[in-house]
Amino acid sequence: MKSNRVLRAPGGISLRLDVRAVTVVVVLVLAAFAASVVLIGTGDFPISAGDVVKTLAGNGNAGQEFIVNQLRLPRVLVGLLVGASLGLGGALFQAVTRNPLGSPDVLGLGQGATAGALVMIVLFSGSAAQVTVGALVGGLVTGLAIYLLAWKRGVHGYRLVLVGIGVSAIVTAVNGYLLAVSDIVDAARALVWMTGSLNGRDWDQVWPLLGLCAVLVPLVLVNARGLRMMEMGDDVSSALGVRVERVRALLMVAAVLLTATATAAAGPVSFVALTAPQLARRLTRSPGPNLLSSLCMGAALLVTADWASQRAFGADQLPVGVVTGVLGGVYLLWLLVTERRAGRI
Amino acid sequence: MLVDSPPEQRAETAPAPPTRRVIRGLGLLVSLVILVLVALASIAIGAKGLSPEQVWHGLFQDTGTYGDVVVDERLSRTILGLLAGAALGLSGAVLQALTRNPLADPGLLGINAGASAAVVTAITYCGVTSLTGYVWFAFLGAAAVGALVWFLGGSRGATPVRLALAGTAISAALYGYLQAVMITDDAALGRMRFWTVGSLSSATDSTILQVLPFLVVGTLLALGLARPLNAVAMGDDTAKALGANLNRTRALSMLAATVLSGAATAACGPIAFVGLMVPHVVRSFTGPDLRWILPYATILSPVLLLGADVIGRVVARPSELQVGIITALIGGPVFIFLVRRRRTAQL
Repeated sequence: MKSNRVLRAPGGISLRLDVRAVTVVVVLVLAAFAASVVLIGTGDFPISAGDVVKTLAGNGNAGQEFIVNQLRLPRVLVGLLVGASLGLGGALFQAVTRNPLGSPDVLGLGQGATAGALVMIVLFSGSAAQVTVGALVGGLVTGLAIYLLAWKRGVHGYRLVLVGIGVSAIVTAVNGYLLAVSDIVDAARALVWMTGSLNGRDWDQVWPLLGLCAVLVPLVLVNARGLRMMEMGDDVSSALGVRVERVRALLMVAAVLLTATATAAAGPVSFVALTAPQLARRLTRSPGPNLLSSLCMGAALLVTADWASQRAFGADQLPVGVVTGVLGGVYLLWLLVTERRAGRI
Repeated sequence: MLVDSPPEQRAETAPAPPTRRVIRGLGLLVSLVILVLVALASIAIGAKGLSPEQVWHGLFQDTGTYGDVVVDERLSRTILGLLAGAALGLSGAVLQALTRNPLADPGLLGINAGASAAVVTAITYCGVTSLTGYVWFAFLGAAAVGALVWFLGGSRGATPVRLALAGTAISAALYGYLQAVMITDDAALGRMRFWTVGSLSSATDSTILQVLPFLVVGTLLALGLARPLNAVAMGDDTAKALGANLNRTRALSMLAATVLSGAATAACGPIAFVGLMVPHVVRSFTGPDLRWILPYATILSPVLLLGADVIGRVVARPSELQVGIITALIGGPVFIFLVRRRRTAQL
């Protein structure tokens, strides 16, 4: 089954392609697109899939154009970008910690961003934009704190995981405090934010996300080579010429930025960062970090979950984070059981 | 000189066993005195400070003055703190011995989260309102998560990372569930956002009476397990060779830890890190013998919990910080310190 193709260009440049991995990426991109089209068509004013595609191509009537381009497209784009960022960030974290559970939400980045947002909501009654900035700062500070606290002549996977759990507990306590001192209106607003929601997202949220992804995704993919080597352990990869600490620091920064921005845009949507890389890995059946397929999987997963939450509970009743949380929880159990059997956790 | 010095040093650092036993016994008494002092402080300190005379008056010559009423209020809170602290500390010590894992704690392993999720389910969906009713749900949730974490990471070749990750991930899923419940039900949000942080402030005499039987049984069971757990600590093979019944010890330890943390969670909400910190502190001066660690943990854990509660009342006067927040703020850094220490990493 395992077939690799080698593309050779004139001038001695060659590229090895894992056919299965490429197929998975293509299929996931198509799935994400299909889910987006369906999601755009879903709502109080249903639009057929054909009309959605026509409108996206610029040939719809005025009413459809307004609904699609102004109301629903930004939400879907935020969903796709957040999902992609979380998927990629999760894959990076899992590769760096060398543990399938070492995802940013388990390590406290989600909680850190939440703390930043809660400070804005509860203490300053901040606007949506201020909450976003607060979340971004919170996530970045938490990521930095985890990295520095885990540093001891280099960062090791297990120490990163455990320090992350400790930091996560501290930040969760702070969040609990903020939630407890807030009045009930702020508490309800904070709780919706904390669950992760795509409601009411517009173009203002799309551009920063898009810009960041445009910079970070290529950067990460270029450095993925070193990451693949690092899965063999620090000593082996150093011997093979990878500057382990530098690659690790760079990729960690990228992963923290991706996760924090995604969280700032949609709230800490749980378990996407945990599940997307694992699902992608199972589909491609290849070792290594599977960065591109994780990214596509995250995007497809989040948009599908958003559609499911709208279909199952009615428009905007339950935030998408609840759906990913429940699905992710079930998946997590399965993962724990199977990974345990394989002795990989 | 050089030849003589090593035996002398050894004699200094390791006194003869009877002396050490006396010192440890005295230490236990000193701990008890500290506990009494902290308990008195917990009665005296708060939004309204009380003088020692007022505390004395309220405790022993209750005539219903203003001070006496305050003492009554704080007394039940202090007693609940004593009970819950002892329960959490013991449960942590037992779990650390059972899993041979220095990072085990009912909070970190998700056991408290399991109890919380079960309690919230009971209150919201099953219409159970009394503590006596939902304490059973708490046991069920605690036992289910305990068994799950044990099965996933603890049974064979457990590493601290594996157990902690399994516990954290399960807690994350359960807290997600709690959030979903609170989001869909405003009444639940109003009641639960205080409880899910972990607090002693809701303590009443009836709360105490309802959880007291479980805590007493759990404590006695845990204290009785000291000797068999000492054997477990030596590793499976040695323990078997010594004639210990491993499966019975494991089952009873799990039962004790579940009952203790389940009852404590039902009464005060999930409080993490007490069970993690105290056994470490105790071990640093008693050594690895659980016959000493368990009694010390029983006495010193409430010192930590009540101390944290008093701090929470002082720093945010006239309002207060929930005790679960203070313990996490103290415990998180301690946890990170333990992780950074080299010895833990090797375990």
